Amino acid sequence: MAEVVLNGISKSYGDQVALENVSLTIPDGSFVVLLGPTGAGKTTTLRMVSGLDQPDNGEILINGQAVNKWTPAQRNVAMVFQQYSLYPHLTVRDNLAFPLRSPILKTPADEITRKVNDVAEVLQISHKLDNKATALSGGEMQRVSIGRALVRNPDIFLMDEPLSSLDAKLRSDLRIELKRIQSSLGATMLYVTHDQVEAMTMATHVGVLDHGKLVQFGTPREIYEDPVSIYSASRLGTPKINVLPADLFGATPAGAVSIGLRPEHIRTGEGLAGQVTRVEHLGDQTRVHLRVQTHDVITLADVHTTAKVGDEMLISPQNPLYFNAQGGRVK
Amino acid sequence: MSSFSVTEPSKRQKWFAGSLVILYALITIMPLIWIIATGFKSPSDAIAYPPKVFFEPSMEGYVNLFTSRTRLPAEELAALPPSETWYQELVRDNGMVITGPSRYGQRFLNSVIIGFGSTFLSIFLGTLAAYGFSRFKVPIKDDLLFFILSTRMMPPIAVAIPIFLMFRQIGLSDSHLGMILLYTAVNLSLSVWLLKGFIDEIPLEYEEAALIDGYTRFQAFYKVVLPQAATGIASTAIFCLIFAWNEYAFAVLLTSGNAQTAPPFIPTIIGAGGKDWPAVAAGATIFLIPVMIFTILLRKHLLSGITFGAVRK
Repeated sequence: MAEVVLNGISKSYGDQVALENVSLTIPDGSFVVLLGPTGAGKTTTLRMVSGLDQPDNGEILINGQAVNKWTPAQRNVAMVFQQYSLYPHLTVRDNLAFPLRSPILKTPADEITRKVNDVAEVLQISHKLDNKATALSGGEMQRVSIGRALVRNPDIFLMDEPLSSLDAKLRSDLRIELKRIQSSLGATMLYVTHDQVEAMTMATHVGVLDHGKLVQFGTPREIYEDPVSIYSASRLGTPKINVLPADLFGATPAGAVSIGLRPEHIRTGEGLAGQVTRVEHLGDQTRVHLRVQTHDVITLADVHTTAKVGDEMLISPQNPLYFNAQGGRVK
Repeated sequence: MSSFSVTEPSKRQKWFAGSLVILYALITIMPLIWIIATGFKSPSDAIAYPPKVFFEPSMEGYVNLFTSRTRLPAEELAALPPSETWYQELVRDNGMVITGPSRYGQRFLNSVIIGFGSTFLSIFLGTLAAYGFSRFKVPIKDDLLFFILSTRMMPPIAVAIPIFLMFRQIGLSDSHLGMILLYTAVNLSLSVWLLKGFIDEIPLEYEEAALIDGYTRFQAFYKVVLPQAATGIASTAIFCLIFAWNEYAFAVLLTSGNAQTAPPFIPTIIGAGGKDWPAVAAGATIFLIPVMIFTILLRKHLLSGITFGAVRK
């Protein structure tokens, strides 16, 4: 339960800049999701907070205290690694108990048993407790790895794509479970993902990273509805936002070069004509791929649409976002 | 994970491969069997031509190995009280009496102390050095590693004379400590390089996880890295022990009494009262046992690859 502040953090590995002057406040009890493609600096940010890496510049504060010189153990953080990192020479039970047996916690044996069993139940791995960590499937390993963080009561949870290798059913179960645990503990969570559903459903705040810079920080709705740039707008939304020349649909604000249209921000039935190139029935929604002049556009149609490949469809923008030549937002 | 051949080998292929392995095993085990058998032959059987494959076993070699004897005239021998033990009897049949134990036991003990002592030290120092080279930024790391390796580029015996003089100067001649330090110095390049290879294979994530889980760097090393390096440590220890155990040249030059190991001692048996091949063979047979036991005990670690698969690559 802690507030974490990053103050002008920079970090380079050799001549590779990983983070550039990142300032970020993670409020106590918040669930912050970091978004960005590989190499944007998401994992590096986690490593800075965890203490596994030291920033070249800047200050990290946990609960108002500068922790730059503290070891990971002193910071009382729990981390779920993308590569699981289960101790291969230990059983699942010993893996889960490992942080509790640390010289810092020195938990009594009966309490270890209780906590390990509780966590194993939540993560549905009770029947595997006596297996060697290496004798698990990828999904089971990842659950044990999450469990190893949950058995403790850390100030901050750091999670690096913890759900990425689980199957869809388990992912949605654990998504809800993680969110429930986080809010019931009032825990502070810093979470890295590529998955927009995870970001939208779990986050209280989303940070968008681009080449080591924090370009936008706000609630998931802010990021989705009010992105500062094309880059930010492209982080959230499936299918991705359509980016088209601004003048395609007529008059534009001054300076606008591109127009960004989320699939649901396209009205059909009037406006510009496009050829249907593909129809995807997903059950709860239907995606229609269009060819408008020389541009590809994806929009949503009525679930029971009769549109088929080759049909003509008229589209016009609704609540469009405009961007300038640098990709910045024009309001 | 593991690799599979596309087709299961046929029965004939398996049979052929198995025969080859057995043939190779027979060839390599022949000298060993010969030495063990010679230890149980009588001196005349040991040098018989053509060699005797079937012979009447005799304990003479082992008795001669462990005892000092002296020849007595027949009448003095006859005047002695009757033999109390079977080995006294055996020696008297050859016209001799036992005057006391030989020095083999003590030499053997020296080998154990020096062999295992230097192996332990080589592994202890080697593991720490290898971990440091593997995980930390060490200035001029590559040069240091090359320097460590370069100590192996000449035969160790090339430095025997300087070492002999140094040891005499600082009082390490013919001492257990001196031999332990010397064998450790020779083995260290091997152990650092081998162990660095094994530790490099252990992903850094495990230690990072342990650091986050509330452990110090040393505890992470001790609780997470060491158990996973067990395979490497075991095989390196076997190499170190085999070298220190069998080393002959330094032992001849630098030890004479107090700290003499078994390898330079065994040949001296040949000179004592004719060529006593069974005693030499008996000495060699017993000398083989500790390394054999050590290797069998560590075999489990040699075969188990325990780091498989718990880190997603």
